[in-house]
Amino acid sequence: MNPDLQKSSRLFKDIIFHIIVYSLALVTIAPFIWMLLTSVKDIGDIFIYPPKWLPSKLHFENFSRAFQAAPFGRYYLNSIFVAVSVTLGQLFTCSMAAYAFARLQFKGRDILFYVFLGTMMIPYQVTMIPSFMVLYWLGWVDSYKAMIVPGLASAFGTFLLRQFFLTIPKELEEAAYIDGCSKFRVLWQIIIPLSKPALATLAIFTFMGTFNDFIWALIVVNSEHLRTVQLGLAVFRDRYVTDWDLLMAGSVMATLPILIVFFFAQKYFIKGITLSGIKG
Amino acid sequence: MWNKFLQRKKPVIHPSAGTSGKNIFTALAFLSPTLVIFCTFILFPVFFSFYLSFHKWNMFSSDRAFIGFENYRRLFTDPEFWMVLKHTLVYTLGTVPLNMVIALLIALALNRRIAGKRFLRTAFFTPVIISPVAAALIWRWIYDPNFGLLNYFTGLFGLPSVNWLNDPNTAMIALIIMGVWKTVGINMVLFSAGLQGIPDNFYEAADIDGAGRWAKFWHITVPMLSPTTFFIMIMSMISSFQVFDIVYVLTSGGPLGATKVIVFYMYEYAFKFFEMGYASAVAYIFFAILAILTLLQVKFMKTRAGYRAI
Repeated sequence: MNPDLQKSSRLFKDIIFHIIVYSLALVTIAPFIWMLLTSVKDIGDIFIYPPKWLPSKLHFENFSRAFQAAPFGRYYLNSIFVAVSVTLGQLFTCSMAAYAFARLQFKGRDILFYVFLGTMMIPYQVTMIPSFMVLYWLGWVDSYKAMIVPGLASAFGTFLLRQFFLTIPKELEEAAYIDGCSKFRVLWQIIIPLSKPALATLAIFTFMGTFNDFIWALIVVNSEHLRTVQLGLAVFRDRYVTDWDLLMAGSVMATLPILIVFFFAQKYFIKGITLSGIKG
Repeated sequence: MWNKFLQRKKPVIHPSAGTSGKNIFTALAFLSPTLVIFCTFILFPVFFSFYLSFHKWNMFSSDRAFIGFENYRRLFTDPEFWMVLKHTLVYTLGTVPLNMVIALLIALALNRRIAGKRFLRTAFFTPVIISPVAAALIWRWIYDPNFGLLNYFTGLFGLPSVNWLNDPNTAMIALIIMGVWKTVGINMVLFSAGLQGIPDNFYEAADIDGAGRWAKFWHITVPMLSPTTFFIMIMSMISSFQVFDIVYVLTSGGPLGATKVIVFYMYEYAFKFFEMGYASAVAYIFFAILAILTLLQVKFMKTRAGYRAI
C-alpha cells in the first residue's frame, strides 16, 4: 500500500476512535449538564417540547427559591458536620488500630486482624436493624450521635492504614524509641506524618461516603433540623414533585461539594477504589 | 486486589517490644476505640439479628415471643418475597453484564493513545461519586414522560413516547439504565488497573510472532484479565443486590411494586411496619446469598492466584 494512504487511513481510524470515545463521555456527563442548565431555567423553558438545552435567560434566583422552600443551609451544615466528624474520628481510630496491628506484638493479633477483615464481607443491611435498636436503647435515635457514632470505626480504613504502615521502614522508629519516646508519640510524630497519602485516601473516601449516605440518615433521623442534604433532597422531592427548576437547583447543591472535592483529590479516591473494589 | 495485600509480608515485630503481658494492655489501649464501636455496631448486631430472626417482635413492646422458624416459613411462602427476589435478580442480571462490557471497552480505549485521557477518565468516573439521591432526581427528570430528554431522543428515531417510571413494564429498564450509568466508572477503574498489570513484554513477544490485534486481545488480554474480570463480576453482583438508594428516589419501589427490590422490602418491614423479627429473617437470607457469592470469590482467588498478572 502507498505509505501516504496508509498514514491517512490510520489518521482516519484515529479520528473515528476519538469521536466514539468522546461521544460516550458526553453521554455520560450529559445528565449533569442537563441538571446544571435546568437549575437556572425559567419554568417556560422547562415545560416545553422538544426540550430546550439552553435557558433563554439565566434564573439564578431558582437557588434562592430552593433555599426558601427548604432549609438547605441547615441541611448543608448537618451534612458537613456529620461527614467531618466521621472522617476525623475514623482517621483517629483507624490509625490507632492499624498501628497495633502493624507494629505491636500481642497474643491473638493475627486472628483478631483476620476476624476484623472478615467483617468487611458483612453487608450493612444485616447489622442495620440491631444497630438501630442499640441507638434506640441508648436514647440516641434522631440525634447527631446516631449519624456519627456508628461510623467511628472502619475495617476498611484499619486495613488500608495497616498495609501502609507496614511499608514504613522501622529504623525510623527505633531511633525514637532509643530516645525514650512513647508508642503513642512514635505513631503521632513519625508514622502519621509519613502516611499522608494513605490518610488522604481514607479521608476522601470516608468524607464522600458519609456525605452521600442516604439510608442510615433515613432510618435514624426524623426531625427536620437534623436532616442531611441527601435526606432533605429526598423529602423535597416528595413535596415539589414536578418543580424541576427547584429540584435541579437542589441537586446541584447536593452534588457540588462532592464534585469539587473529587476534582481536587481524584488521585486518592481512585486509589481507594482499586484497593477495595467497592465504593464505600 | 485484595489477596495481593493479604499475601504481603508479615508485620515486623519491634525489637524494643517488651513482654507480652504488658503488650496486651498497650495493644488494647490502641485498639479500644475501634473495638468498642466494632462490638456495638457490627459484632453484636450480627448475632442479635440472627437471634431476632427466630422471634416475633415489634421493637416497642416488651413481648418478644420465640416462634422458631416461623419467620423463615412465612418468608418462603410469601409471594411478595419471591417477587422482590426476582426483581433483584433481574436488576443484577440487567446491570452487571452490560456494565462490565461498557467498562471494559472504556478501559481498553483509555489504555490506548488518546488525547485528553485525564478528562475522559474524570468524565466516566463522575457519576460514581455523586450522591445517589441527586443522581436519581436528575434521572427522574430525564425520564419525564412529557418533557424528558429520553423520550425526546427515542422520538428522534421514531419510537413512541414511553412513561418510563410509571409503566410497570419499563420502570425496571429505567432503573437498570440508571444503575449502569451510575456504576460503570468503578469497573472502568478496576479494569484499567488490571490492564496495566499485564506486562508489556507479552505483547512485544506476540508482535514478534506477528499476532494481530484480535489475536493479542483474545490470547493475552482476556486470559490475563480473567482474575480481574471475575473479581469485578462478583463485586458488581454484590453491590447490585444491595441496591436501595436509587430505587427509593427514582421509583419508590413502584409502579405497582415493579421495582421493589429485596433491601427495599427489608427496609419496609423493619422501619415502616416495625416487624423486626421478620425483617431480620429477610436480612439473614440476604446475607446467605451474598455469602455464597463472597465464598466463590475467595475460592477463585485462591485457585487462580498463580495466574495473576503481577
